[in-house]
Amino acid sequence: MTATGSQRSQGPDEPTVPPALDFAEALNAFMSHREDLGMLQLLTPEGTLVSPPDRTPGYAPELLRTLYQDMVVSRAFDTEATALQRQGELGLWPSLTGQEAAQVGSAHALRPDDYVFPSYREHAVAWCRGVDPVDIVKLFRGVTNGGWDPKKSNFHLYTLVVGSHVLHATGYAMSLVKKGSDAAAIAYFGDGASSEGDVAEAFTFASVHEAPVVFFCQNNQWAISEPVERQLRGPLYRRADGFGFPGVRVDGNDALAVHAVTNAALEHVRAGNGPFLIEAFTYRMGAHTTSDDPTRYRRQTEVEHWRARDPIARLRTHLTEADHTTPEFFDEVEEKAREVAYRVRRETRTMPNPHRLTVFDHVYAEGHATVDEEREQSEEHHRNTIANGETE
Amino acid sequence: MPAEKMSLARALNEALRTALEEDPAILVMGEDVGTLGGVFRVTDGLKKDFGEDRVIDTPLAESGIVGTAIGLALGGYRPVVEIQFDGFVFPAYDQIVTQLAKLHARSDGRIRMPVVIRIPYGGGIGAVEHHSDSPEALFAHVAGLKVVSPSNPEDGYWMLRQAIRSDDPVIFFEPKRRYWDTAEVDLTARPEPLHQARVVRPGTDLTLVGYGPTVKLCLEAAEAAEGRSLEVVDLRTVSPVDFDTIQRSVERTHRLVVVHEAPVFFGAGAEIAARITTRCFYTLEAPVLRVGGYHAPYPAARLEEEFLPDVDRVLDAVDRSLAY
Ligand SMILES: Cc1ncc(C[n+]2csc(CCOP(=O)(O)OP(=O)(O)O)c2C)c(N)n1
Repeated sequence: MTATGSQRSQGPDEPTVPPALDFAEALNAFMSHREDLGMLQLLTPEGTLVSPPDRTPGYAPELLRTLYQDMVVSRAFDTEATALQRQGELGLWPSLTGQEAAQVGSAHALRPDDYVFPSYREHAVAWCRGVDPVDIVKLFRGVTNGGWDPKKSNFHLYTLVVGSHVLHATGYAMSLVKKGSDAAAIAYFGDGASSEGDVAEAFTFASVHEAPVVFFCQNNQWAISEPVERQLRGPLYRRADGFGFPGVRVDGNDALAVHAVTNAALEHVRAGNGPFLIEAFTYRMGAHTTSDDPTRYRRQTEVEHWRARDPIARLRTHLTEADHTTPEFFDEVEEKAREVAYRVRRETRTMPNPHRLTVFDHVYAEGHATVDEEREQSEEHHRNTIANGETE
Repeated sequence: MPAEKMSLARALNEALRTALEEDPAILVMGEDVGTLGGVFRVTDGLKKDFGEDRVIDTPLAESGIVGTAIGLALGGYRPVVEIQFDGFVFPAYDQIVTQLAKLHARSDGRIRMPVVIRIPYGGGIGAVEHHSDSPEALFAHVAGLKVVSPSNPEDGYWMLRQAIRSDDPVIFFEPKRRYWDTAEVDLTARPEPLHQARVVRPGTDLTLVGYGPTVKLCLEAAEAAEGRSLEVVDLRTVSPVDFDTIQRSVERTHRLVVVHEAPVFFGAGAEIAARITTRCFYTLEAPVLRVGGYHAPYPAARLEEEFLPDVDRVLDAVDRSLAY
């Protein structure tokens, strides 16, 4: 194993992050399959730009501000949804806090005609794709098993069966090649998901068919209670080697680096070179979901270590120091975030339950005698119940 | 040891603990079963007491979990595997159906597969999609597998102990909405055979058959059925089905309603209805009726009450049966 072979620290008290690299040179090295160590980074945890992003589109202040705003809004939405769950309005909530840079940075590298296959924590990607946060809440409130029109935003439905959608992204990418389109697919999944057979099969298909798909793994260090070394023992991004396509590790808490790498990856897959794996090295700050108690399996020192690498704080520092903002900018962003959170709260609390007969809707596209019969029986049962003086 | 009051989850935990103590060949494995103690805490504390060599946090890979359990069984171990939720067993379905179920027959009886696969199943806890499912018929349809489901803490304890002792693969369905129900558990009792049904409430007018989560529902319905004496049978095992116990009950009551959460269409109730109709053709006063889920994907949580059988729907069927 290489020096950075171990994904986490030896001592549990002092988690380490792989060393950062000179960006342009490192990306070249990654792209050309040269031996490489470490992690691509543009913005240090202290907010300093470490290397000119010369292989990547220039970082217009406008883009930096957008990334910042979308991260802040996503976190506010996430915080609000967590609170709504605690107040009994939602059945469950998987929080994204800590992973904003990985999600917002990559989402902004996508074109509208690229298709996104999320797992269940990609609320910030959804936001960047124009999915209404209220529609995401619907799934976790239990009023629907879907929630939004995937075709409208090219953002597929969430998939709660870990890893299965990575194959769908691959098949979709294969369809793009057949159609002669230069769009791409991107699949988001976790370090835990990388253990599933489906993900390995997706790598195989994508590589053999040179499918234009970016595999975007958010290595947030944990799969519920299991640390990443319970899933794999070599560096995650190097799995791509065995399947014959490039993989890179990027600082997942650095929105600029994530954006640059995703751009490069998309360029690579669009050019017909086959798939690309990005490992965004990041951290899930909260519980796995609201049903989970992380104090059972991880230490507060680890959480604090990562808190010091917060993706939002570092971009804010950079924006301020580089003089890319007016003083009002941060207030406006806060205001926007508050508005979104408030609207989510209001619309969640007044969200009606679906009508009971929707159980029988859309089971088949073409109808089915059993479903029709059971709908009839259900209606009759309710008629009788009402006739017996019970309220519906 | 006197009887102790405990939840179903605790009873299952006790069963695993006792089994691990008794036999060094027993292993507990699955996602999050170690440090966390499982998402439902059924394996709580076991890793601490038996070590990570015997209580194994596996990678997130269900096919891998069952496939390696098969290999461990070939190597002389007796793995008790946890699949975290009903909806996530399907990546492992290939290994269960094509390998686990068939190795004994294919080896002319030379190979035994003492593997237990524990699966929290069913609805009623308001979970998000893919976290509520009742796939028992899919497993019961496969020869070579045994499929069981306890309805209460004492059965939870004893049925799991017996399943672990079994030399056949057992799919052990745990009704998640009953995990927190408590009752007396006699840890010294002489358990009934694993595949024997039990009359849990005697009655004379009609037999209600349920298993797992619906036994409590059947008892509630029997309680609520004014002026009618309903007998309730806890099936306990879906494969094999103890048809003799049901037959004896139907010979007393002449009427049968089967209640399960799984969709009625091609479900366990269909098999029971067919066999009991064959066996009791001349004693039945009414066709065997079934109450259960619809032929629709398990709905979003806010509609699950609509999907799951409730007292009302059971009594509806009772009325229809009695009207014949
Ligand atoms: C096939 C399957 N098995 C198990 C689960 C239960 N489960 C839900 S999330 C999760 C951990 C996923 O970890 P990872 O892939 O690292 O993503 P993260 O949640 O950290 O974003 C598990 C085990 C599931 N949803 N699907």
